[in-house]
Amino acid sequence: MSLIKLRNNALDNLTSFEGSASLGDMVLVSSATASSSASIEFDLGSYKEYKFFFVNMHPATDNVDLTFNFSTDNGSNYNVTKTSTFFFAFHNEANTATALNYEANSDLAQSTAFQPLTKSGIGNANDESASGFLHIFNPSSTTYVKHFIGRLNHYVDNNFTLDNFPAGYANTTSALTNIKFQMSSGNIDDGKILMFGLN
Amino acid sequence: MAIIKHGNNALANITAFPSAIPTGKPVLLSTATASSSASIEFSSGIDSTYDIYKFEFINMHPATSGAKFTCNASIDNGSNFNVVKTTTFFNAYHGETIASQALQYLAGEDIAQSTGYFNISSGVSNNNDASVSGYFHLFNPSSTTYVKHFISTINLDNANYQQNEFVAGYFNDTNDLTNISFKFSSGNIDAGTIKMYGISA
Repeated sequence: MSLIKLRNNALDNLTSFEGSASLGDMVLVSSATASSSASIEFDLGSYKEYKFFFVNMHPATDNVDLTFNFSTDNGSNYNVTKTSTFFFAFHNEANTATALNYEANSDLAQSTAFQPLTKSGIGNANDESASGFLHIFNPSSTTYVKHFIGRLNHYVDNNFTLDNFPAGYANTTSALTNIKFQMSSGNIDDGKILMFGLN
Repeated sequence: MAIIKHGNNALANITAFPSAIPTGKPVLLSTATASSSASIEFSSGIDSTYDIYKFEFINMHPATSGAKFTCNASIDNGSNFNVVKTTTFFNAYHGETIASQALQYLAGEDIAQSTGYFNISSGVSNNNDASVSGYFHLFNPSSTTYVKHFISTINLDNANYQQNEFVAGYFNDTNDLTNISFKFSSGNIDAGTIKMYGISA
């Protein structure tokens, strides 16, 4: 016999249920499209895992990075302590430079600052942007610190491709209630973020 | 102005569950199984319907030992697979019996502004039990504004080495991509399955 685990989202008076709804699958929780937006914020709920997809995050300002932070007080403050690692690979279009490096300027050590998801700056030319994904594990836990793993590729302003690998944990046992994404400077000119929940 | 997106936790008084809800999950669009195939091409379904396409590679087995698993795209409905690309390529490896392991960038496996097929893997053994498995994300292929980012992670076994390989980059073209092709750098795809999923809001 299979078990179907329903979340406690007040399914009062439910009279029908589409068979294709796929409980237990990756479920779209929310999405947002930036349009000269200072930031994009999402509420975090009780899914065991959240996966955010970034599609063509385009900055208003040249050579800035996409960043994020968490809140434990329903968005009043985005200042959760984090420790992280960051490494990357790059290759330029001129084929004169490659690297696989740890990036000490993009990691955090018990810092409440925003965590970079990219390094070396996303270009703001019309065809330049960043795309990728970020996993958040069990943000509502009141027992464990909250792990995150990201991977994004972006078009650097001076014609490099750069493969970014941020990871770490929010070093709190309070539940994370919100997540905010913003550029390190200036607006998010364009771009779409899809938020999926997994149980 | 900031965008604030609230959660969906107020489902009281539902009288029907909208059929649109499943559209947010990955949708299996196509499955292709190789059998001594020169290539596998996805010629339909790559359009503006989905923001992200995910390809899963399951035991891609080359006919020719040492062949590399590769990819290219078309902007003219498959007439030509020659879109300009720049990529990165690095891997970690470990020998089964030899005390040899490393994390390394492989400059010989990447490309810079090349129209040729790019490597998703380094060379793969064609031993009966050897293959490549992994996944490849392609972002917004139908955009006519942005270059098209991709991110790949695969695993393979080659001559008794475990290899975990990471490729990323972009199709440096603002035309929409219409087709994707996968093949080995030499010889046929002897066996293997590729599944294509669409992901959107």
